[in-house]
Amino acid sequence: MEAFYDNEFAEDAPPVVHFENVGVRYGMGPEVLRDLTFSIEPHSFQFLTGPSGAGKTTLLRLILLAVRPTRGLISLFGEDVSGISKNALTDVRRRMGVVFQDFRLLDHLTTYENVALPLRVQGKEEASYRAEVVELLRWVGLGDRMHVLPPVLSGGEKQRAAIARALIVRPDLLLADEPTGNVDPSLARRLLRLFIELNRLGTSVVIATHDFSLMDQLDVRRLVLGDGRLHIDE
Amino acid sequence: MSELSHARASRSSAPEGDKRPLPASLRRNAPLVPVDSAGGQALAAVIAILTFLAALCAGGAELVASSSTQWRSDIAREVTIQIRPNPQRSIEDDVARAVALARQTPGVEETQAFSKAESERLLEPWLGTGLDFNDLPVPRLIVLKLQAEAKPDFTKLRQALRDQIPGASLDDHALWVSRLSTMANTIIGVGVILVALVLLAAGLAVTFATRGAMAGNREVVDVLHFVGASDDFIAREFQRRFFKLGLRGSMVGAGAALAMTVTLGFVTRSWRASPAGDQLEALFGSFSIGWRGYAVVILIALAVALITGIVSRLTVRRFLNGNG
Ligand SMILES: Nc1ncnc2c1ncn2[C@@H]1O[C@H](COP(=O)(O)OP(=O)(O)OP(=O)(O)O)[C@@H](O)[C@H]1O
Ligand SMILES: [Mg+2]
Repeated sequence: MEAFYDNEFAEDAPPVVHFENVGVRYGMGPEVLRDLTFSIEPHSFQFLTGPSGAGKTTLLRLILLAVRPTRGLISLFGEDVSGISKNALTDVRRRMGVVFQDFRLLDHLTTYENVALPLRVQGKEEASYRAEVVELLRWVGLGDRMHVLPPVLSGGEKQRAAIARALIVRPDLLLADEPTGNVDPSLARRLLRLFIELNRLGTSVVIATHDFSLMDQLDVRRLVLGDGRLHIDE
Repeated sequence: MSELSHARASRSSAPEGDKRPLPASLRRNAPLVPVDSAGGQALAAVIAILTFLAALCAGGAELVASSSTQWRSDIAREVTIQIRPNPQRSIEDDVARAVALARQTPGVEETQAFSKAESERLLEPWLGTGLDFNDLPVPRLIVLKLQAEAKPDFTKLRQALRDQIPGASLDDHALWVSRLSTMANTIIGVGVILVALVLLAAGLAVTFATRGAMAGNREVVDVLHFVGASDDFIAREFQRRFFKLGLRGSMVGAGAALAMTVTLGFVTRSWRASPAGDQLEALFGSFSIGWRGYAVVILIALAVALITGIVSRLTVRRFLNGNG
């Protein structure tokens, strides 16, 4: 196994994500999350869980900087992000892979183009990534669906396309929101193995789920949200 | 699991080359920002119409510009002496004296005195035939053709004519030339302003269309941001999309304008025999725009397409900066 990530992340590397007393509300509503203080270490693997509506998606959106905290401090890759510039934001996002709960595939692009999108927006030549995109698509079982537009895909196929899109850049941080919600248990296991493999290569993985059968397959840290607060099961 | 390792390994070692060939259909590279086809068609149509109008304005201005230079040089190279008949004098003697005086003026290349019959024929179009011109005091004209580039001084000639031949007057057409120039310059100025206004209107139409496309593609723009696209990248994508739309529209508009000019050229040529044709030709020359005219029309089409692309890019940047 390639081990170059281990050198990159020395023991004292800053946490990939660090929250300090973070609270957030939507508009004038009640605080959805409050007093969150936690870190996600480089190379770590954790589940994020809690009942529906507990704020798992909201927490991931905070990390993505799609939602700004109403109070508290967030740092990503060791940098405080409260006054982050647009360019720095773009750089941070290029280090993250996201699987959205609702997939967010672009309906006017084929599966192949959707998966290649993160590379394309970095200005890479198509010839330089074509083979690896095709390989990854085959691996997630979409080898014969790559020229199809997303509206034609089944829920599980869309999910796999969304996962492939998040993995293609081999991010430093993977955020996956219910990545196995639409697939059968055996495919869920296969996808989980994919995340484990990615983690072994150095990526910090956060999987939001309320699927206990999935979490029981792996004895890792669990971030549990309830009543807007975070409780950590090491 | 080993499959993935293989994928990773192949990624870092051999990205391309020795692999089995991949289907060419993979290179689809659809535009990243879908401009919805109805809105896109409407914008292309608006741009086509605006380009058509701008091309006509510019073509017209260019036509006036080139034919007015011709008029001016033609008219300025001629001076006329008019001699009004005076019952106490022999008009033929007066004409001969005037010709002699004119010939002494440096810069005059040629003199042409209209005979009585010729002068009467000049009046025919206005007075009709079958009139007895003996009853009318028909003035006589002497046309002096000047040497090219010569700017003779007519004060002496004018003075001599006044002293020796009462009823003779010299017209160097200066008033005419200056009036024509003013008129031509006004027409050209108005044409330029119209072109500028039309380009401005095209820019505004593109701004609105871009804002509409941005609002309609909010989800797409968000996803592009999340997967690591910079504002600049997104703005360039919009620019590319709108440049193509603009180019399509402006080519259609410019093509229509050129087609219309060519058609009008044919029509006026077939009219040439008729008096109306003569007048049109007097005003516009042969009504065919030269290569400069074509160049102006094509330049305008390109300018419109460029404006479309650049304006949409700037609009996207403004929009993205204003929306966090
Ligand atoms: N855009 C929004 N505007 C207002 N309230 C919101 C918005 N998004 C989420 N919420 C509220 O925030 C709370 C947390 O929602 P969130 O989507 O984070 O929950 P979740 O844990 O992801 O739920 P699920 O497991 O069903 O996906 C909910 O009460 C929800 O109604
Ligand atoms: Mg959710």
